[in-house]
Amino acid sequence: MLSIDNLHVRVAEAEILKGLSLDVPAGEVHAVMGPNGAGKSTLAYALAGRPGYEVTAGTATLDGEDLVGLTPDARAAKGVFLSFQYPVAIPGVPALTFLRTALNAQKKARGEAEVTAPEFLKAIRARAGELKMDFDMLRRGLNVDFSGGEKKRMEILQMMMLSPRLAILDETDSGLDIDALRIVAEGVNASRANDRAMLVITHYQRLLDYIRPDRVHVLAGGRIVQSGGPELALELERAGYDRYASAA
Amino acid sequence: MSQGLATSDLAELPSRRDEDWRWTDLRGLVRQPLPGSAPLGDAVRAGGPFESLGLSEIVLANGHLNWWPEGEGSDGVDVTVHDAPTAPHLSAAMPMARLAANGAGDPRALILTFKGAGSPGALVRLVSRASDSAHHARVGVMVEPGVDALLCESYEGQGSGYLANTLIEIFVARDARLERLVIADDDATAVSVSSAEVHLAPGATFSQTILTSGAKRQRFETRVSHPGGGAAVRLDGLYLIAGRRHGDITTVVVHEGPDGTTDQLTKGVATDQGRGVFQGRIEVAPGADRTDAKMGHHALVLSDHAEVDAKPELEIYADDVACTHGNTVGALDEEALFYARQRGIPEAEARAMLTQAFVGTVIERIEHEGGREIFRALVAERTASLA
Repeated sequence: MLSIDNLHVRVAEAEILKGLSLDVPAGEVHAVMGPNGAGKSTLAYALAGRPGYEVTAGTATLDGEDLVGLTPDARAAKGVFLSFQYPVAIPGVPALTFLRTALNAQKKARGEAEVTAPEFLKAIRARAGELKMDFDMLRRGLNVDFSGGEKKRMEILQMMMLSPRLAILDETDSGLDIDALRIVAEGVNASRANDRAMLVITHYQRLLDYIRPDRVHVLAGGRIVQSGGPELALELERAGYDRYASAA
Repeated sequence: MSQGLATSDLAELPSRRDEDWRWTDLRGLVRQPLPGSAPLGDAVRAGGPFESLGLSEIVLANGHLNWWPEGEGSDGVDVTVHDAPTAPHLSAAMPMARLAANGAGDPRALILTFKGAGSPGALVRLVSRASDSAHHARVGVMVEPGVDALLCESYEGQGSGYLANTLIEIFVARDARLERLVIADDDATAVSVSSAEVHLAPGATFSQTILTSGAKRQRFETRVSHPGGGAAVRLDGLYLIAGRRHGDITTVVVHEGPDGTTDQLTKGVATDQGRGVFQGRIEVAPGADRTDAKMGHHALVLSDHAEVDAKPELEIYADDVACTHGNTVGALDEEALFYARQRGIPEAEARAMLTQAFVGTVIERIEHEGGREIFRALVAERTASLA
């Protein structure tokens, strides 16, 4: 499903990813862990197509189609979703309006029929309930005056509504207390599906107590330096990232 | 009303040497006299951006009275035509207003009087259907004590190379309210100036929102003499400037007595080679104690060749005054743009959405619901074309 081969990414003259290779088959959840500055967020942004993240070599394909060269919105329409580490507030655009615009833009790009307002409201009301979100919050400007936990729930709500093929969760646990973490993790677990790949990027093992990955990869020095089963996360928690320092 | 621009008038045009006009130079731009614009043969009825509100309609076309409900208008509006009086009270700082008041041509002025119960409203359409000619118009607006009135004003440019010059004089009596909504759609080749002099009685409320997309050179100027005494002013504006257009929103509020409020919010967007100008001055005269005034101007510059010039000024000579101002000029938030695109919204649509959200706060302050809807729809349309 997601296949990354020898990816090199440059940000402001500096090469951050230096030949990263990674495969995430459909239906699996993979964790990418690594020390600060290893290039975890760069991987997330490069896959989403953030301007300024220049792919200088290698490929990243989703269902065999190369994502590199597509605009961020075209990637989204192909099914790429990024849950931001720091979600952006957009004053003046109610969350409901934003999400419905996004959903219909994706559908339009895929040649599907748009959702009607009643269909949309019914669906989002149900999902917001699962995430224990106050529905009135969705009438306010997107993420405006939201707490850290509310913003992360908003990200997961968007993921649920947009039903991506590939969900990339960038440090979704940062800034969450234990209750919020559990709710967010339940949302992620409920979104596991046979036709969906998920990439969970995290510094700490904590999130993986709630979201059990099929595979764990260690990213250091711009490459995947080790891969293993879920037990690798526990090992990292115990031993730390020091032994990968030479890779950086 | 008057017509034309004589050779002797050219020297009266404000230039960059006039501090208040340094960004909107007319003398350097208009170098030849212009003939007066001809009156139109037919009445220009039913049209313009405010048509759906169904207000009493007054049309001035090429500076000439074109259509008006004579005598008692509907909904508590009297419309009368007077021989234009001279205007010694007009501020020397408003050269274009003096030109409109004193110029030759149609010697009549039109006066609207809002009176009676209910919420009277009127629509004044200033239509320019002229080419390479000049016209002036003058309108007086009186709001009688206790009346709650709506004045909609549309500037409809349907010609090219015209110079349109309008003077609006507004008097709001004690405990009366007036909301003035202005939508300007001048031609890209036009020169257009609209000057408003607003006189308030204590206890009066005056609210204003201007939406403009500029012209070759265009200015909306509003001067308010504010008596305090519980009088309240809201003075908002929105400029959306593209192409090579120029739009200037200038305001001066003079607080002359204690206990008055002014709340001002202007937002603007400039793209292509467009130029937006905001000049706002609030003066608090000696004795105008406990004045509460705030002024905000915030602009987006969407292209390298677009420009926004801003001059917010507070001059305070009284005590126990709360005056604040904020001024920002910047680009669209790239973080927010990427966020929206990551969710699947194409770039042009995302830019339009963010731009519309940026300016939307001005529209939400419009009190008249129908008017607010008209602004909202028009701004959505215009911001989509800016992105």
